Amino acid sequence: MTEALNELGAQIEAKRPDCVVAWDVSFGELNIDVTPSNIAGLVEFLKSDQNCKFSSLVDITAVDYPERGKRFDVIYHFLSMYRNQRIRLRAAVREDEMVPSIVDVHPSANWFEREVYDMFGILFSGHPDLRRILTDYGFRGYPLRKDFPTTGYTEVRYDEAQKRVVYEPVKLVQEYRQFDFMSPWEGAEYILPGDEKKEGAN
Amino acid sequence: MAVMTGANTAGVDKEVVTQALNAELQDKGFLLTSAEDIINWARTGSLHWMTFGLACCAVEMMHTSMPRYDAERFGIAPRASPRQSDVMIVAGTLTNKMAPALRKVYDQMPEPRYVISMGSCANGGGYYHYSYSVVRGCDRVVPVDVYVPGCPPTAEALLYGLMQLQRKIRRTGTLVR
Repeated sequence: MTEALNELGAQIEAKRPDCVVAWDVSFGELNIDVTPSNIAGLVEFLKSDQNCKFSSLVDITAVDYPERGKRFDVIYHFLSMYRNQRIRLRAAVREDEMVPSIVDVHPSANWFEREVYDMFGILFSGHPDLRRILTDYGFRGYPLRKDFPTTGYTEVRYDEAQKRVVYEPVKLVQEYRQFDFMSPWEGAEYILPGDEKKEGAN
Repeated sequence: MAVMTGANTAGVDKEVVTQALNAELQDKGFLLTSAEDIINWARTGSLHWMTFGLACCAVEMMHTSMPRYDAERFGIAPRASPRQSDVMIVAGTLTNKMAPALRKVYDQMPEPRYVISMGSCANGGGYYHYSYSVVRGCDRVVPVDVYVPGCPPTAEALLYGLMQLQRKIRRTGTLVR
């Protein structure tokens, strides 16, 4: 399987050297780094090329890396039912940068791009109807950015006097507490009792 | 060794009571009771619930009305319209976006109306208490009569909650809430 993915990666790089920045196969999956401006062209190529035929768009999502200059990674997953292959495209974008929409190539990208816009605030140029999809009407902020507080800024309650649901600033009885000091995301060294021999083995 | 809970009594002998009622009915052909009692009996005996299934709790709510627990033997049946229902079961996570809709449905229900909050999320936000998009308990939006704990509560627990609501209706006066 990995052999086939390596072959496919090399093939795509050879055919579209202007789009592909880098590619690798890790954990048995093919990842291709793309420049944001070339996304639409490459997706079109992957869909139409006889050796690829990545005809189904599985997902579009993003990752926030606040410490990077190019803050977001926009990620596309495709599946080729003809070749039984999967592929992942990764495009690093700055906060003020727009990503070309792929709605013209894959109509199903419409709602995925709306979701990415809703959660991360990434704008897609050429999208027919880019508005929020999941969050509340009139919601402010982008929830999946790392600088967004988990509890948000507003909460709702029914106001007996006004006879309607009103929005108020969040008031918590108890502050949100994080007990997981050994989070794997911080890169903690796990100390496993009785596993001291591991150091010597390595 | 089991621990006994509750009063050390078997209660009224239902057989004797039924026989006495039967005898009276045979004798006179009618039974006498107060208007309050008969209204309460009618109310507790036909609680139609407004299904407000919001998440996984809704599946347990369905189980309650299915043959194993069979809520209909208590006269409790699901109803799709708020205008024909007596009790609303808020089953699942109530989000900020859904809150105005929930209140609108509640406002459409005729008096007397009751609300059962089902599961941790509806009771107090539960797992999503610190989320940016979830109401921290549906009692912020509608007045709640019975809280059923659990994540999700079993069908049995919900049925017990419904019976507690019946008890509450029986105990509070007919026209007072």
